[in-house]
Amino acid sequence: MNPSIWLSAGEREALLLSLSVASRSVAFNLVPAIMAAWVLTRRRFIGRSLLDAAVHLPLVLPPVAVGYVLLLLFGTRGVIGSRLERWFGIELIFTRNGAALAAAVMSFPLMVRTIRISLENIDRRLEEAARTLGAGPIDRFAAVTLPLMLPGILAGAITSFSAALGEFGAVITFVSNIPGETRTLPLALYSALQEPDGEMAAARLAVLSVALGLSGLLISEWFARRVRRMLGR
Amino acid sequence: MLKVAVAKKLDAFSLDVAFELPAAGMAALFGPSGCGKTTTVNVIAGLVTPDAGLVTLGDTVLVDTRRGIDVAAERRGIGYVFQDARLFPHLSVASNLRFALRRAAGRHYVSLDEAVSLLDLGALMARRVHQLSGGERQRVAMGRALLSQPRLLLLDEPLAALDRERREEVLPYLESLRDRLAIPMVYVSHQFDEVLRLATHIVLMRSGEVVAQGGIGAISLDASLRTLIGPDAVGAVLDGVVIGEENGLTRVRLAAGELKVRPLGVAPGTTLRVQLLARDLIVSTQAPHHLSVRNSLAGVIVAVIDDADSDLVAVDIGGAQVLARVTKAATRELGLAPGLAAWALVKSVSLRGHSFTLPARPRG
Repeated sequence: MNPSIWLSAGEREALLLSLSVASRSVAFNLVPAIMAAWVLTRRRFIGRSLLDAAVHLPLVLPPVAVGYVLLLLFGTRGVIGSRLERWFGIELIFTRNGAALAAAVMSFPLMVRTIRISLENIDRRLEEAARTLGAGPIDRFAAVTLPLMLPGILAGAITSFSAALGEFGAVITFVSNIPGETRTLPLALYSALQEPDGEMAAARLAVLSVALGLSGLLISEWFARRVRRMLGR
Repeated sequence: MLKVAVAKKLDAFSLDVAFELPAAGMAALFGPSGCGKTTTVNVIAGLVTPDAGLVTLGDTVLVDTRRGIDVAAERRGIGYVFQDARLFPHLSVASNLRFALRRAAGRHYVSLDEAVSLLDLGALMARRVHQLSGGERQRVAMGRALLSQPRLLLLDEPLAALDRERREEVLPYLESLRDRLAIPMVYVSHQFDEVLRLATHIVLMRSGEVVAQGGIGAISLDASLRTLIGPDAVGAVLDGVVIGEENGLTRVRLAAGELKVRPLGVAPGTTLRVQLLARDLIVSTQAPHHLSVRNSLAGVIVAVIDDADSDLVAVDIGGAQVLARVTKAATRELGLAPGLAAWALVKSVSLRGHSFTLPARPRG
């Protein structure tokens, strides 16, 4: 019904919602992903491979299954969901925070992987040098390891942001497809395809998705180059 | 005073060393690559935990495996200059230096300005690590280690990664650290000329063990040193004091006698170390006359040592010994033997001194 190449109000809403959901998802993931990457790279403990597998699980599970598990855990009657609602008044189901949680879980492995690679490339002898200069473990992490990880953390954030923008299965299963609240770009695209004359809308949304994904990758690459130059590599 | 007596077993290598270093000045750990020097300094720094043993610095016990003491590296107050500098690539030179200064515990005795002027870092402060040459990196690394206000400074082959020219450029800075600061230092090297120029005390290591230790004068005569440095580098090391310049040569007073060496342009009174390479020395059984050679040290032969295809003649010149390498034919024809009076002759142009400030302000 809208033959224009410009976005309709509903589509603009979906775009803004997607950006908001993806930002929240990155915010949820950032600290846990840094911790998981650090533990998996630097610590040797029993159950490490189990943790590694758990972190990577969303990559190999059907997204709908992940959404279903989230529904069980975080639903109104779920183990976590019921308490969140009772104690903190936090509702996840059918909300954008719920959509962000679903996107976060799905993009978590991507972020951990990217951060882990950057952590593995850090010369641990620099941390040794910091020790001889009087820096304790937390100080070393904050003043040496973390700044050297920063390129990886940013690359991981951008990648998982882009992935979160496009998450479909887990989101629609967990928080449904509510315009203005949980209808992100891919959900809007899907809905448009369900409409008898939604092809033009679907095309606009698809082009938009490609543009967003591409700029994410380009920004990430540009940034990595800049950092490499700064560190003289 | 630093006391080390530790054992450590690594994959295919075991370290078992015991030595004591004086409380001031620069001491050297000297030995071929792979003999355990770096592992030893890592034990001192706290980066490697020994299987058994004791490390004490002054009155502080740093490691005592029997009592379960192992002070964390970050609390030892021991500075470390690594072979590969290990400057933080995400920080500028100035921030690298301040990193150390901010974390320094206890008394501050080297200020940022002092370190910068001592090592000529002024022009480098705003640079990033990758914009520095190898020699500059090592200078910054030294400055950074100093600014952590260490009680002991470890230098693990800081010149090994540099070419000849850069080494010559950095060596004077090491000399001025040694002469201007009262921090005891341990210098690791497999280059004898560096040790000769820098250290007053030397610990010789081979395959994970200490084979000899002592003042550099005594060690220069040690048989185990000869196998480490090769026949051409063998020679007695004597300390003397500059008397002055004369006829274009620098006169040096030794414990017994006097040497004239290549001009150095240093003030009278300066302590000077001279190495008399055995291959440069000539032995005469008569007082020399009509010779162009400027140095003649009278003494008595104390030993004739069989050394591969030649002999080393040790001559006591009164309180000190020198070594001369002679052919076996010369030993036979001159009848060189212990007890015989002899003159050790050496050309001034073969002798080069290294000025030294001997440690005067010991620190615990």
